[in-house]
Amino acid sequence: MKAAAVAAAATVFAWLLLRAESQTSITLLILLAVAAAVIAARLRFRVSGPSVLAFAAAVVLALLLREDDFSLLLITRILIVVVACLGLNVQFGYAGVVNFAGASFFGVGGYTAAVLAPRLPHVLVLLFGGAAAALVGSILILPVLRTRGHYAALVTIAFALLFRTFLEVNDTLGGPQGLKLPELVIGPFHFNDSVFDWSFYLRYVALGLVLVALALAVVQRLERSWIGVSLDAVRLDEIAAASFGLSIARWKIAAFTIGNFITGVAGALSAFMIGFIAPNNYAFSESLILVSILLLGGIGNPWGLALASAIVIVLPEKLQTIQEYRFLLFAAMVILILLFRPAGLLPRPLRRLKT
Amino acid sequence: MALLGQYAMNGAMLGMMYALVAVGFTLFFGVLDIIQFSHGDVVAAGAFAGLLAYAALTALGVQAPGVLLLAVTLAAALATAIVGVLVARFLVLPIKGAPQLNVLLVTLMMGTVVRECIRLFFPNGSQPQRFPALLPSSGWNIGAFYLRFDNVILLACGALLIAATHLLITRTRLGLAIRAVAQDEETARTMGIDFKRVVLVTFAIGSVLAAFAGVMDGLYYNEVFFGMGLLLGVIGFAAAILGGLGNLYGAIVGGFLFAALQTVGAVALPFASAYKDVFAFGVVIVLMAIRPTGLIGERASERV
Repeated sequence: MKAAAVAAAATVFAWLLLRAESQTSITLLILLAVAAAVIAARLRFRVSGPSVLAFAAAVVLALLLREDDFSLLLITRILIVVVACLGLNVQFGYAGVVNFAGASFFGVGGYTAAVLAPRLPHVLVLLFGGAAAALVGSILILPVLRTRGHYAALVTIAFALLFRTFLEVNDTLGGPQGLKLPELVIGPFHFNDSVFDWSFYLRYVALGLVLVALALAVVQRLERSWIGVSLDAVRLDEIAAASFGLSIARWKIAAFTIGNFITGVAGALSAFMIGFIAPNNYAFSESLILVSILLLGGIGNPWGLALASAIVIVLPEKLQTIQEYRFLLFAAMVILILLFRPAGLLPRPLRRLKT
Repeated sequence: MALLGQYAMNGAMLGMMYALVAVGFTLFFGVLDIIQFSHGDVVAAGAFAGLLAYAALTALGVQAPGVLLLAVTLAAALATAIVGVLVARFLVLPIKGAPQLNVLLVTLMMGTVVRECIRLFFPNGSQPQRFPALLPSSGWNIGAFYLRFDNVILLACGALLIAATHLLITRTRLGLAIRAVAQDEETARTMGIDFKRVVLVTFAIGSVLAAFAGVMDGLYYNEVFFGMGLLLGVIGFAAAILGGLGNLYGAIVGGFLFAALQTVGAVALPFASAYKDVFAFGVVIVLMAIRPTGLIGERASERV
């Protein structure tokens, strides 16, 4: 009951915020949300309910906004970023493998999609996007496994910078101008045709929701299973985990590969939706934004990162004044979070083995 | 022959810059066992502070290149020392006991803050800025190779700085305190060493070295860019690791080795200059895979 009420309230709020035009009303709405969040935190307000509610809320929201292209585009972008961050979450949150090249693996998915889209059915292209990201990630496995902490971070940062520079100087992949993608077609659905007289973005929202549901199912099952327990053990104490017979290398490789696969699929869908990709979309600062989302939401908690993705994407789009300053703001926000609330907005709850 | 000399000069300049940055990384790691990931962007902050000082002084009508150069260097050193000390005091020290990942993220994000501040608040900061040539550009002809004075001066200054840092660490009471803290923080405290002050001073020293690297970069290439710190930071850090973190000589060797690799790579590989940075980052990744703890290596065992 409580969960349904929260979902309904969130839907109404999101609808109001996305429909709001004037900067004053947007600011007021955001202040209202902040106040509500602070009060909820003070009252130690907790909700738990079936995930279906959240999906229902998203569907209702999308239908309410059915003719508003821009809002639907924002919703789809949120969904795609949620998928990408779920991938990173497996790496950072469960296995404790740092990856500061999230946007690069996202980009590998996107470029794979751009290259393969004219040749293959598009469902396969999405999967190949993920597979390519996982494959490219495997180049980094050796250095990431052999190094720890800071060193592994350096390896992924170097890769992120390498990837972007490589795309810019490489002519076969379009150089700085990037590549164009054809319309996404899955089965009978042409994604650039409108549904009834509504926005064609509705199809992307639907596909985004399907991907989020799939990724969420994988990630949550992973966490609840013995695999999740092993990953947690590897993250919390490598030496203890190894002395209990867990293979550190195996679990790190598994988490890194699964995470990159999920991120790559998200990248492929994103490329289709925008219809055009360029190296600039996959800069190191974008990787940092993905990591910011993870930390803001609370590492390890899928709902936290859904909330954080919404905040990080919608705020700069609706509040035009901060658009230019978004990297600065989010970086500063992450510093404050780490100093004062290291667990994030919605910290990861303890594992519940019975439901 | 002339080309070879040119490459050698270029490599030496790069090596000096990398070494200056790497020494900073290694100093910070020594006293706190942390990596200051924003160190690269501190370099950029130094270069831009120098640029500001130059603009301010030329607006006041100062023309003498010697005065300007001194002002640029001092402004850069002051700015980086302030940034370095602030980072240490308010970001790194408060979360010293937190998981490594948190320290890493805080400093990484601080780097972003510095970088974005330059981009947003420096006039026209998102474009590369012209850095004034303040050193004499004349030189000697050695055969077909033209040896420029400014390069020689920059190299000599860099070498002097590193030598001065070395003397400071090995010959003074302050250096003794820094080494004591690096070896064992708790024992150092019980011996009456003011831990916090030593850390702050170390961050100031390391950051000032970064300022010189930034000014050197600007004077050598005559151009600075808000994102220049990323490359210098990553390579400086890689050089510090290559030489074994916490090891001053290692960092210097690492810096020059890296520059040598990059220069040789640029000469030997057919795809040449366009892929210069790709090659450099690739080398970082490969070296990390082969020798994760550096050529000289740190203590292998650790307490459980």
